[in-house]
Order: sequence, then structure tokens, then C-alpha cells
Amino acid sequence: MAELTTPRPRPLSPHLQIWRLTLTMTMSIVHRITGAGLYFGILLVAWWLIAAASPNAYATFETFIGSWIGRLILFGYTWALLHHALGGLRHLIWDTGRGFEPTEREMLALATLVGSIGLTILLWGVGYLAMGGPR
Amino acid sequence: MTVARRYSTAARRVRGLGAARTGTGDFITLRVTSAALLILTIGFVVTVAALLGRSHAAAIQILASPLVAIVLLLFILTSIYHMWIGMQEIIIDYVHRDLPKFAALIGNTFFCVVVGVVCVFALARLTFGL
Repeated sequence: MAELTTPRPRPLSPHLQIWRLTLTMTMSIVHRITGAGLYFGILLVAWWLIAAASPNAYATFETFIGSWIGRLILFGYTWALLHHALGGLRHLIWDTGRGFEPTEREMLALATLVGSIGLTILLWGVGYLAMGGPR
Repeated sequence: MTVARRYSTAARRVRGLGAARTGTGDFITLRVTSAALLILTIGFVVTVAALLGRSHAAAIQILASPLVAIVLLLFILTSIYHMWIGMQEIIIDYVHRDLPKFAALIGNTFFCVVVGVVCVFALARLTFGL
């Protein structure tokens, strides 16, 4: 009976390296990556709220976020947030049983990507103008 | 012995393995929090946009106002609940050995609880001036 206790290797389904890369598959991977990014991005939100307690700490935070690396992180955070939100919306649509036809799911995947990039650029554009625009 | 146990196979009873039977709850929670987050994210983005270029004094006045503080609190707590389950799914997908898996799962919980408490404390301090 001893050999019964060693688990038999389970059959594995083909993984990433087997399939041709498709848009829907890429969006699925990106959804997970942006989710993981936002997981650590919450630290930025926490820092922002802690820093708000004192003018000095807030100035430090603003200096960091205003630097090129800070802006890059914030830009990435904005896109990840919007992409993950739109990707989540796509999942909610799928949960109703709609949008599974080949053309529909391709369109939804494309809409997620175009929507997240477009909204990010729009938000940053509006923010840039609100901050005084080109000076 | 529960009904589910009684109807399971002998091999499964011996190994004590099988579905945890709590996956559907996580699935539903993820969907419910995501629906809430679609709305709350708009509130979060609008708040951040409203603070752009403001002085520290003006910024905390906005942050400490009840409506903004409540929306931010809801956004943060719902986000943390959502990302706690999400990271748990990622860990279970990729980490298969017991020790690193359980370490990662516990680490995930610690991270989420600590970040949540820190954010609530920071917002409470702003709102109530502790």
C-alpha cells in the first residue's frame, strides 16, 4: 500500500509556451500583472495619507511624486488602475454570460487596452492643464 | 461526519485533500468588491485630481471633509479586501510547496491588515485631528 501514498503526477494542461499569443490571452496576463502592481501601489496611497499629517512630510511626498521617477510610477499606477478597472468590467460582463463570441471577446479585449491608454492620457492631459499647462 | 464527507471517495477521506469548498465565496466576494470599486475608483481619482497643485493646508481640508474621507475609506478598505483575495489566488496558482505557500499566504494577510490599519489611522488622524 506504500506506493499509493505517493501522488501520481496529475495531467497538466498546455501552458503559455504552447499557445500562440493572442490578444485576449495577453489581456488576461496583463490583468493579473496590473492587479499585482496595484497590490504594492497601495503603499503609495498609504504614504500619501500618512504624509498629509505634517507639512514637511507632505512636501517630501510631493517632491518625490514630482520627480521623474515619481511621475513615472504615478503614470504607471494610473494606467494599471484604469486597465484593471476596465478589465474587471469586462469580467463582470462575462459573468452575465455575454461577450464570449470570437468577435465580441476580441473587441472587449481591444476596448480594455484602448480605453485604459486613452483614459490615462486624458487624465494626465487634464491634470497637466489644471496644474497650469506649459509654462 | 458531514454529508460532503460521507459522499466523498475513500481515497479522498484518507488523504484529507480535495476542494476546500470555500472557493465560491471568494469568487463572489471578488465580483462584489469589483463592482463597488468601479464606483469608488471614480471617487478616488476625482479626489486626487482635486488635490493637484494645492497647498498642504488646502489639501488636508479637502481630505478631512466627511464625504471625501468616507469615500477614500471605502475605496481603501474595499481595495484591500479585493487585493487580499486576488493575491491569495496568485499565490495558490504559482506556489505549490507547503512552507513557501503558507508563508506567502500569511504574509499576504499581514500586509493587507497592516496597510489597512495604517490607512484608517492616517485618515482618522486627518479627520479628527488626533
